This record gives sequence, structure tokens and C-alpha cells, in this order.
Amino acid sequence: MSAAVQPVEIDRQTIDVDIACAGFGPAMGGFLTTLTASWSQNPADPAFESRVAPGMPLQVLCYERADDLAAGVSGVVTCAKGIRASLPALDPAAIPMAANLSEERVFYLLDPVGASRRSIPLHIADFFLRIGKNWWAHEDAVELPWTPAFLHKHGGLVLSIGQFNQWVGSQLMASGFVQIWPGTPATEPIFAQNEAPEHRAVLGLRLADQGVDKLGRPAQGFMPGMDVHARLTVIGDGPVGALGQKLDERFGLPFGHARREWALGMKMVIELPEDTTLAPGTVWHTFGFPEPEIFGFLYMHPERLASVGIFIPSWLGNPQRTAYRYLQHYLQHPLLWQHIKGGTLRSWGAKSLEESGKLGEPYLTGDGYARIGEGSGSTNTLTGSGVDEAWTTGVQLGEAVLELLRAGLPFSHENLSKTYEKRRRSSSVEAGARQAEHARNGFHRGFIRGLIGMTLAGLTEGRFAFRGQVPPAPRQIPAFDSQVAAGLTSDEAAALALDTGRPLHDALMSARGWPEIPFDGQLLVSHQDALLMGGKVQAMPGFADHVVFLDVRRCIACMEKTCIAMCSGQAISLGADGVPVFEREKCVHCGACLWNCPQSADGEHSNITFRAGNGGLHSSEN
Amino acid sequence: MNAFHIVVCAGIVPDPLQTLEPTANPSSPGLKNEMLLPAVLDPWAASALYEAANLAATNPGSRLWLVSLAPKAKLQQVMMSIAQKAAFELVPIDGPIGGFPDAHATANALADAVEAISGLDRTRLLLFGGWESATRGAGVTLQLIGERLGITDQFQGVDEIAVRDDGLFEVLERVEGGKHQVSVCAGLPAVLGWATGNLAEPRNNPQTGMNNMRTMMPALQKAHTASLPANGLRYLSVNLPKQHRETRVERNMTPDDIAAELVEWLGKDN
Repeated sequence: MSAAVQPVEIDRQTIDVDIACAGFGPAMGGFLTTLTASWSQNPADPAFESRVAPGMPLQVLCYERADDLAAGVSGVVTCAKGIRASLPALDPAAIPMAANLSEERVFYLLDPVGASRRSIPLHIADFFLRIGKNWWAHEDAVELPWTPAFLHKHGGLVLSIGQFNQWVGSQLMASGFVQIWPGTPATEPIFAQNEAPEHRAVLGLRLADQGVDKLGRPAQGFMPGMDVHARLTVIGDGPVGALGQKLDERFGLPFGHARREWALGMKMVIELPEDTTLAPGTVWHTFGFPEPEIFGFLYMHPERLASVGIFIPSWLGNPQRTAYRYLQHYLQHPLLWQHIKGGTLRSWGAKSLEESGKLGEPYLTGDGYARIGEGSGSTNTLTGSGVDEAWTTGVQLGEAVLELLRAGLPFSHENLSKTYEKRRRSSSVEAGARQAEHARNGFHRGFIRGLIGMTLAGLTEGRFAFRGQVPPAPRQIPAFDSQVAAGLTSDEAAALALDTGRPLHDALMSARGWPEIPFDGQLLVSHQDALLMGGKVQAMPGFADHVVFLDVRRCIACMEKTCIAMCSGQAISLGADGVPVFEREKCVHCGACLWNCPQSADGEHSNITFRAGNGGLHSSEN
Repeated sequence: MNAFHIVVCAGIVPDPLQTLEPTANPSSPGLKNEMLLPAVLDPWAASALYEAANLAATNPGSRLWLVSLAPKAKLQQVMMSIAQKAAFELVPIDGPIGGFPDAHATANALADAVEAISGLDRTRLLLFGGWESATRGAGVTLQLIGERLGITDQFQGVDEIAVRDDGLFEVLERVEGGKHQVSVCAGLPAVLGWATGNLAEPRNNPQTGMNNMRTMMPALQKAHTASLPANGLRYLSVNLPKQHRETRVERNMTPDDIAAELVEWLGKDN
């Protein structure tokens, strides 16, 4: 189904607030915590007087798409420097699933299955590593005896983002200074008309229409989304957030910047058996299996809960790109399986990570708006850290806003640039981003080259790295022809898929030698069971489809159909005539479809658009 | 003119979608990691609230209060979702969460709060709540509140209330055999324990939410604390209902075939 909805002028309610925020994650947590802390010290400070509600404090409203603040995805390990600076009394015991980092190890995983795609040099290296299996290779894994300092997060925290967001949110709302509204997706910024383009002026944000059909046409109980006008609109809606995308569409990105590097993080939270020896705060980083390019992790939370997951990068050279099946093979790797066997699936989720870093940084400010967090390119792709960086950008904007409020200055591009951008450019977030700028370029030329490039960049603080152009995401997907060239028995796979009713990408993996998953109904479960038991995915009726295939002719012509293979929730399937079908009730809003479409009209952007929508993951143990 | 004073008694419950595990606390059973779990308004009571909001909206001059006993912090979080759906005044009571406190103690705390509502007119009072509950489902709490308040006209399992032009109102209550009993009530106050009603969940309206917040936040900050005595209640054991799950994606079966397979599966001795 294509996006053929014609815009219709609708009479919308409007409200006026002082500061409107889109998205609630670590960045927005940092921003609102900074504002609230200052207000709490002196609520009578005239700087905090509302201009839209005289006599009241600033009206600060935050609109979050997810049904609950606790539905944020991702177990993380973070250095937490910025977080601790904002919350000096932070006690991990007060935050469910949080633990101080106690141990950090890095493993190279050998392939116990024999189906992983490995280059000849890697095969040779594996051969020699296996020779020493009684010395350095245990459980088909080799622990690196030394890892560069840049990979470690000393003094950091293991967190559940869902629980952390919920905890931060409850502290903020208890103050009464800010309002955070979950289940309220914002669809687009309200652009100022008749303004010079270089001013990049935003007047507020628009909330999603409700009571509409799949295509967004008014249906029963139609309620147009409200327009929220604000002096300042803060966009912290993540890497695939609707407002961020609209800003990029309207204003473009700075010269030479592009969002081309992505990864899908998919993970489970597993309750380990009672006799587990893994202590809270244990962190493992892995690479090498199930494919060399797939990085993985295990983070131990308290009470025998472990976050275990993988990252599927946009530069994965495997023509068969998918996530859930790979995750299940990862779980069964001997190094991990010895600890998680007999465990119980508690939760499951997935999200896209924007890994362009500095090269994907958008315009950070304009007249009336500022961008923070992952969607503003704050993730450090060398150290693989984003949470603390996102939080810190929020703090930087918070401090800037306080400065401008006290000076009685407007939130113009010029003023925000002199305050927020200036703070950011002189901070460790910027320094880290610059070091990481080209750190991963080598992976586009091969896994070993990528590892070397990353290490080189890390050891020299970015002074030396493999430079080069990163191709647009659609061009990073290997063509269908290469599947045949890779010797895949696609006819057998297609027959198997038709016979068993399983998705083609799953059948292709089996045809390539990956063993069938021994489902146990407890930890190794089908993809749909993971959605239901783990993700508790649901969506309210009355919202439009948020994944839209722009030109269905391109979908029909597409041989790869990577969007179907990579959809975390199996929400995209093959419909009649080769047109993908989207079921929003199964979507977890990971955004993988956005960058897993090889079709492109302009060579840069895919044939899939990812908009603001309702629903998604519902589990709080994330 | 029918201007009602509608008081909805509603608890909050852990989101039923989450993984719930009973655990033994020192004083009573509880749920493992309960404060970690997101909470929602009890779905049964939520139906009552939406029906109440509809009744208030269609009967000008009516007022609507929501009385809820829960930990303040949790209640505040739930209100961020509920406050967008209906206009009401919140009467919060800071108290324990969960379905294990004694129903009599809970009913007393709620009845006290109702009695203390300033400006409440008993002659116009409709006391709403859920007939069932997503927690323990004691099935007596609303009835006890009514009795404490001296309200003798009580209806349970309500799906519909229709106000007539003569000021009387009709109530449809669920009875055996999948039928409804129709009652006509001539005067107030009355207690209505709602089943599901017939209304869809209202859309989120940010304007409604903002308006509600103006009174809700001060109310939450001033909420008094209620301790609930056990009154001799003692739990011998707590278990979750047994679950049996099978999941399969089917695209080519007819609805009749699916139904037949489901009937056969349900009939199996699991």
C-alpha cells in the first residue's frame, strides 16, 4: 500500500506552552532534570515564570510516543559520567535492574556450527586458535588478554533503559514542574512559514491524529492531532523519530553529513538459573559469531537478570540479513549457553542505533528548536556508547535554556548556538565524536580491516583511521544475485518456506547450514512468541500505519525484500503481487525497515518511510 | 435537568501484560518487583470511569470525581495516561498497591474519602466502580463502600445506564444465561459496579490532560496516607492461573477451520 494520502486542511485545536518536548529518553531526562533541579532551588525565580500562563511556572510538556515510560528498549552499560554529575546521590539500588559495573571482558567467538561466513584469513586464524583450545580457547571462545582502554566503561553502570527512564520520569513528575505524557506520538514540527530558510524556524509540534484508518483518513471517532505551540521545541525523539526526520527533510543536513550507518540492536532479558555464577555488573562484549560482523553483549543486572543481545550492522555483507534467528544462534553459543541454559525469557525488544556519529549530525538548532540525544548524532561509535552522551547533550541544552531564560533572551538560532552548541562543541561529547568520526569506515571493506581501523582510531584518538565514503544505506544491502553467487540453494529454501509456512529468510538460513532452533517454549521460542511473551507488543486502534511503502512498483520489482527479513516484529510480510503488507499491531517501532530497503528514488533515502505511531513494546523489563 | 455527582472508585493494577509472580512478603503476599512493573487503571474500573465521563458529558451540570487508593508515585504515573481520556477531579489516597489488602479495610478507606469530598450532594450521587478487578477480584469492595455509605440501591455487572426524560434511569445488569436484567431506579444515591459497558476507550486529548493536571498535581501532593489493617485476613497460598500457550502464524486457513481447530484445542486436557 503506498502513501497516496492527499493533505487535507483540518481545523485543529491548539495549545500554547513554553517548552514542548518530543520524546522521553536519556537525553530528555538530562534536559528536564537540569531544568527541574534549578527550578526546585528557587521556584520564585522570575526566569521560570510562564509567558503563556501568567502567574504559573513555565509550562514544560513532554510528549512520548511509547505507551509507557518504562517501555524504552535496551539494556545498556554506560560510563554514566554525565548522569552521575546530574544526580550525585544516585544509588543504583534505587533503580530497578541497575548495578555498578563490576567486570568487563571481551571475547572473540569461534563458530561451533560451521555456517558462519568467514574470510580465508579468518578461517586460518580460527584454525590456529582452535589448536590452543586447552589453553586459550574455552567454550569456543577466546578472551582477549588485552583490550584498548577506549572500550571500557570504568566506574559505569549496567542499566535497563526502560527502568531508568521510568525512574527519572517519576522523579521529574513528582516535582510538579514538568508533565510527561506517554502514549502521545508527535508527528511533525510546526514550521514557520514565510521565514528565510537559513533561520530554520520551528513554532512547535503537532500530535498524531486519532480515529483514522490505515491510510490516515478520518474514520470513526476522528480527533485531529493538537498543535502545540511553544517558544522552544526540544527534539529528543531518537534515531528514527518523526520530528527529527522531518527537520532533516526540510532543512537538509550540514554539508558532507549523511545518515548512512545503522545497526539493529535486538536483545532478550533472561532470568538465569538459580545456580548462576555471574554477578551483577558483569559485562561481556563479543564479536565473531554468529557472523564475524555481528557484535554481541551480555550485561548482568541484579536478581539473576541478564540482557543478552546482538547488533546487526547496516554494513553486514551477508545477503541474508535478519536478526531474530541470529539472536537465537547467539544465545546457544557455548560461551553463553553454559550460563543461560535453563533460563527463562523475561522480555525481548529491538531498536535501531544511528551509527553515523559526527558524520550524521544534523543542524542542532534553529529559531525555536534544538536537538539532543541519539537523533542529534551524539552516539560515540568508537566506544559504542550513547546513553551518557545523550544525557549530557540534554544537560547542555538545559544549562543553555537556563542561561537564556535568566537573560530574558529569545530561543533564537543565534542564541541557542551561542549557548547550547558552544557547550556541546567544547565538551567530551564532541571530542569523543571527533575521535570516532571515521573509526568504523574500515568495516565497509571487510571485517578484519574494520577491526584494525577501529583499533587504530581508538589508540590514536582518531588521528589515524581508514577514511573513505560510506555508501548510502540502500547500497549497503547486497543484491539478490549475490545470494546465488554465494551458492545459496534458494530453490530449496523457497520450497522449504512454502512447505512449512516459515518466512523465506528463515528457510534460507536453514538451507545455508544453520541448525534448526530447538524450541523449548521457555527461552528458545518462536519469533511470534518472543513478541507476545517478551515484548508484549500491542497497539491501540485508530492510528494510521506508520510504516509506509512510498512507491509500490519498487517493492514489486525488489528481489531482496530485506525489509521483511529485517523486521524485528515480523510486522512486514509479503502480500499479494509482491507488495509488502504492514501490520502495525506487531510493530515494535525499531525503525529497521527505514534503512533496510535497497530501493531508492534519490539514491540516498529508501523506499520506506517511518512515521510516528502508537503502540509497540510494552514490557518494562527492558 | 439531570446533574449527577458521580464518584468512581478505581484501583491501579500492574499492567496485566507484564510477567506477574506472587511472592511472600513479611506481612502479606505480593508481586515480585511490583514497583518495577508499570501500572494501569484497573480495566474494570476504567470502564466505569469512561461510562461516568460519558454520563457527565451528556448531563450538563454533572461533576465527576475519581477516588483511588495507591502509592502516590504510581498513581501519578497512571494519571499521565488516564488524565487525557476524561475530565475529572482526582481524590488520591496514598496507600499500598496490590490486591492483597483486606477488602473491608480498603472499602473503609475509600468510603471515608468519598464522605470527605467537599460539595458532594448525596441526593445526586452515583457511585461507580468495577464489578470485577484485575487484582485479586474479591468482588465485594464496591458493595462494602456502598453499605458503609448507607446506599441500598446497588447494581452489579452493569453494562448500560440510560437516563430517561422523567428523571428515572434504567440499568442493564448481567445475569445468568448471557442475558441482562433491566431495572428502573427512581432515586439516588445508587451504586453501579460496571462490567465492560459498551463504550470504546476514549482517545487521548492533550487539552483534557493539561486541564486535569491543574488540580491533580496539588491533590496528589496533599494526599493523606491510609494504612490498611489486616483484620485477621490470612492467605494460605497464592498461585497464578495456569497458562498454556501455543502460537502459530496462519495465513491460508479459513475462519471456520481456525475456529474448529481452536475448539478442539480448548477441549484437550491440558
